[in-house]
Amino acid sequence: MFRTLISRFLQGLLVLFVLFTVTFFLIKALPYGPFQTEKAIPDHIREKIESYYGLNESIGTQYTRQLGNLLKGDPGVSLRLEGRPVIEIISQAFPNSLQLGIVAMAVAIVIGIPLGVLAAWKKNSSLDYASMAIAMIGICIPSFVIGPLLAENFGRRLEWLPVMGWSPLSPASWVLPAITLGLGTAAYLSRLTRAGMLETLSQDFVRTARAKGVGSMSILTRHCLRGGLIPAVAYIGPAFASIISGSVVIESIFVVPGLGLHFIKAIEVGDAPVILGIVMLYGTLIIIANFATDLLGLWLNPRLRSSN
Amino acid sequence: MSTPVPVEKGSSLWRDAALRLRKNHAAMPSLVIVALIMLACLVLPSIPGLLADPNVQDLPNKNMSPGSGHWFGTDHLGRDILSRVLFGGRISIAVGLITTFVSVTIGVCWGALAGYIGGRTDALMMRIVDILYALPFLIVVILLGKTIEPFTGKLTEWTVDLFAGSGSTTAKVNDTRTWVEPITTLVPLFIAIGTLSWLTVSRIVRAQVQSVSRMDFVEAARSLGLGHLRILTRHILPNSIGPIIVYTALTIPGVMLFEAVLSFLGLGVKPPNSSWGILIEEGSNRMLSNPWLLLFPSVFFSLTLFSLNFLGDGLRDALDPKSSKD
Amino acid sequence: MTHRALFLLPLALCLAGCQRETQVEKANREGIMLIGNSSEPKALDLHLVTGVIESKLIGAMFEGLVADDPEKDDGLPPGAAVSWEHNDTLTGWTFHLQPDGRWSDGAPVTAHDFVFSYHRMLHPDLAAPYVEMVYPLKNAEDYNKNRRGKILLTAGAVPNTSWDDMKDVGFGPDAKVDLAPLGESPKWPDLTDDAQRKLFVTAKGLDALPAEALEWILADPAGRYSWPVGTFMAKAKALLTTMAGKASDDLFELAGVGATAVDDYTLQLELREPVPYLPSLVRHYTWFPVPRHVVLKHGKISDRFTPWSLYPNIVGNGPFKLKTWLFHDVIEVDRNPHYWNAANVGLNGIRFLPIENPYTETRAFLSGQLHTTYQLPSDLIKEVRETTPEYLRQEPYVGTTFIRINTTRPVLSDTRVRQALALAIDRQQLCDYIMEGYTPATSLTPKMGSYEPDKVLSFDPEKARALLAEAGYPDGSGFPRFSLLISKPAARASAEAIQAMWKQNLNVLIDIQNKDWGSYISAQQSLDFDMASAGWIGDYLDPTTFLTMWTEGNGNNNTGWHSDRYEELLSGAALEADPAKRLESLRQAERLMMDEYPILPMSWYSRNYLLRPEVKGWHPLLLDNHPYSAIRLEP
Repeated sequence: MFRTLISRFLQGLLVLFVLFTVTFFLIKALPYGPFQTEKAIPDHIREKIESYYGLNESIGTQYTRQLGNLLKGDPGVSLRLEGRPVIEIISQAFPNSLQLGIVAMAVAIVIGIPLGVLAAWKKNSSLDYASMAIAMIGICIPSFVIGPLLAENFGRRLEWLPVMGWSPLSPASWVLPAITLGLGTAAYLSRLTRAGMLETLSQDFVRTARAKGVGSMSILTRHCLRGGLIPAVAYIGPAFASIISGSVVIESIFVVPGLGLHFIKAIEVGDAPVILGIVMLYGTLIIIANFATDLLGLWLNPRLRSSN
Repeated sequence: MSTPVPVEKGSSLWRDAALRLRKNHAAMPSLVIVALIMLACLVLPSIPGLLADPNVQDLPNKNMSPGSGHWFGTDHLGRDILSRVLFGGRISIAVGLITTFVSVTIGVCWGALAGYIGGRTDALMMRIVDILYALPFLIVVILLGKTIEPFTGKLTEWTVDLFAGSGSTTAKVNDTRTWVEPITTLVPLFIAIGTLSWLTVSRIVRAQVQSVSRMDFVEAARSLGLGHLRILTRHILPNSIGPIIVYTALTIPGVMLFEAVLSFLGLGVKPPNSSWGILIEEGSNRMLSNPWLLLFPSVFFSLTLFSLNFLGDGLRDALDPKSSKD
Repeated sequence: MTHRALFLLPLALCLAGCQRETQVEKANREGIMLIGNSSEPKALDLHLVTGVIESKLIGAMFEGLVADDPEKDDGLPPGAAVSWEHNDTLTGWTFHLQPDGRWSDGAPVTAHDFVFSYHRMLHPDLAAPYVEMVYPLKNAEDYNKNRRGKILLTAGAVPNTSWDDMKDVGFGPDAKVDLAPLGESPKWPDLTDDAQRKLFVTAKGLDALPAEALEWILADPAGRYSWPVGTFMAKAKALLTTMAGKASDDLFELAGVGATAVDDYTLQLELREPVPYLPSLVRHYTWFPVPRHVVLKHGKISDRFTPWSLYPNIVGNGPFKLKTWLFHDVIEVDRNPHYWNAANVGLNGIRFLPIENPYTETRAFLSGQLHTTYQLPSDLIKEVRETTPEYLRQEPYVGTTFIRINTTRPVLSDTRVRQALALAIDRQQLCDYIMEGYTPATSLTPKMGSYEPDKVLSFDPEKARALLAEAGYPDGSGFPRFSLLISKPAARASAEAIQAMWKQNLNVLIDIQNKDWGSYISAQQSLDFDMASAGWIGDYLDPTTFLTMWTEGNGNNNTGWHSDRYEELLSGAALEADPAKRLESLRQAERLMMDEYPILPMSWYSRNYLLRPEVKGWHPLLLDNHPYSAIRLEP
């Protein structure tokens, strides 16, 4: 176990290094830079600004400098929100994204997994069709439609919940963005849970248990749930990482000051320090999430343990 | 529904599956609906004089409610929504099926290999997936667009030549161009989505393959001395097919909507042509004052996807090697 | 999790549902205005920004010499200055500052702050992106472009040598010299031999050289630098000696930039040319003061980014001061008790909300979360007009939407083709059905004050077809397939309509090419496009804000078009002291450009937005700069 941990940690560092390098060169390959603005900056001024931020140096020099800064724990300053430390930007936005993501994930799990289990258990019944139809709503109606619909009805018409705005301490402001964000994930979860459960339910050991007269509920919870959740869990890891690192659509519809908008805006102008900062954070989350799902997979599927 | 599972021709397994599918209450109606929608999108726009030109504008008659002249009403530029939905359907269905096929194929191969081989190879392959997950997708798309775009023009010319034959009349060339061009301009999109959206499939397949390959019947096959490829394709993949089919059916709506996003970055369908994704996107901005702008494309889109998913479930049941024992 | 969620939900619903008072009602009670401001500002340092978003925030926290009038576009109420006068040639202006003008920390606002502000804005090392706005100040451009040789010679700092003696010397960089052999960004101390050094000094030019390099030349002036024929080496040595001696000096004083503090409360501005609209120009934030004592507390005058403009350090001379600043969330200002006119400020504070999504913004307004919105999507105009017409505002705004044409492309280089494209567009239809509230453009500059350009543009498909045929493309046959570049989703509808109009009226097929914002901008600036849909918003109320950008080499031209005659007319107008004659020259220049169609103007902007009726003191203004000090909330 300890060896696995160390090995995954080192692999993670390697992933982050490669990720940094690839992202850096991708940014530099963009056909525009942060000081190429709609209202053109005079050439002599732009050159000055670019040399101020070291953008006139060779790509190699810039790469080593940026990597060195990162290793020192300082990803530098933003070029879009000029001069503001990337750390400050991320530390303001990430807690909001994290909070929204956790609530949304909870919504997704609470809706998605029971629906999937139910559908699998009563396979091809009207209950199955009904729960899958509900699940499909989250996929067929994209968030840029669900979000405004919810805001319009529960916010503006019924006045139950605020139509926009985010306040970390007011649960009312979480509800609509979290539901909008969670529904899509819930749909995937319920479909994958149903599929996984069906695979398990048709395994021989379940048939044996059924034949022995073990009660349905007990079969479900004791025998099937573990194996049945394997595909859903494989999906949850990366989904969770991506959900807590911000969603620009949700943030834009509900004005949530999260990471997604910073990320998109930074890409729009080629703000390398911010892009790299957020990509590194996201990469770390992906590594952790995938490691966690692998562990969860081991727990769900004891047979894997012997070989690892 | 294309699935990467090899099935031997004329085997009774295949015939049994078809039989089981036919008995499925949800799958058969779904099949009919999907077939009808595809047929409508494919055939109706080709019948001359039946539908209004999807790109002809009539600004004074914009945002008209559904009525006799325009069954589905008109959009913000006074174009007939019925024909835009049907023409857009061609593009969306093509995008949905092709890119899903590409991405699921890559994902299944990658995930199955990683899960089956295990050890260091698995670690390496999955770390590559981790990197690709975290890469800023938008930048990749912008760069891909910039790199591939110059070639799509050439590709179009080449394809037109191929179909029209060199030295044919201008009219024939133009004719060919009208249907070739919307497809060739989408090639960058196929590449972008296809190559970047297989990551989750690969993780799901890997998890499933890992779990299945430790099961007793696989051990048995191994002890019989069967080759790896044979074990993988004949024993492991068929037993992991459920989640694969389900995820495939789930990928289709995702890529169809994603096409609309990419279209605003210059990679998808070019205006004035449209797709379901773009129609939904345009409709969502006007859904309060003119709900039908959103309603009709959404109905087509959702019906197709509901049906594909139920069809997928039916197919899964039908192909389940153990379901005959039920 | 399930339990917690179940427990929280009714609580949350009740919290919101039981609360009858909307945010606007609460804000009305507190005297706080809630303003939708579209987007996060780049910064609040007025020397570092160029945008409209920032101008709203800076307008609340700072004040120029002349204030904005809440009702009249041409009203010039006193701001930081009580009164001002000018000389006969309109090149010398004296501003008398408010005797009780105070920064928000209580320090007096003096003429020195203004001089410091222009000094900082123009400082070559600060690299202020919008510096060209203050180039009308005498010698400002020379100082900003760091023309050290010229400044020293003109100021008489070089013994026995005048500017006329030396004006042909290579002071600036020589683009023809290739610096590549010296490696990447070479520095003087790294150079190893004289051949390298010689290459370096020739390429950089005298103005950009460090003291060591100048001294190196001084050792053998004739051999180490190429001087124009007939240069006296004695004078060259004198020049080099002076330049080397002052190589690290700030030349602001020597340059004689036309901004001086006669005394603490008298500011003297000298201009390089007559600027009859100076009082209107100084209402732009590039002419606002920054607090010298605060800026210097946090860094040098030339430091590009210091914390002086962040909370809580920032200090302004406007009616409000910064209270909160959260990214993409809110920027809040409250009363500045030290403001000279604080007694007449009607609001206790303003909350600026950077709501990017205009549909969300409208929804927030309609559910009582905002007093005014930044914009109203044209899809929603009809609905608002039918349901809540009392909120709808559609007001003229000095801006133009247009199609930029790359005149260096074959075929598009033909004026007849461009004119045909212009004549084939039905602008009335565009404005009636797509850009609602906008007015069909008949030229580039919208009417402002007494300036009205000739009506050049019209819809004439017959003539358009004839012109296209004349250019060699009868009925559009053989016309190349060009593309029209767009970026924002909102531009798509009008692009599709124009595409259809060209198809219908000229039988010409144009592709629409959608690109991400960055690529869209860079494609235009590198002339890597055929046609592009674009827009321009005026900064001040004078036609030059629309006309000066079409000169050769201007970073905002991006059409490849330029004309000597056009530039003559513009510079003629710049030197003209008679306002009527000046506008006539500008009108001729605009006519000349429009007749060659490097751009195809589409429509003149309308500010479509929502405003609650309890907001008093907010009137339609062409520049949309509403002085927040005059606003009152009277529910």
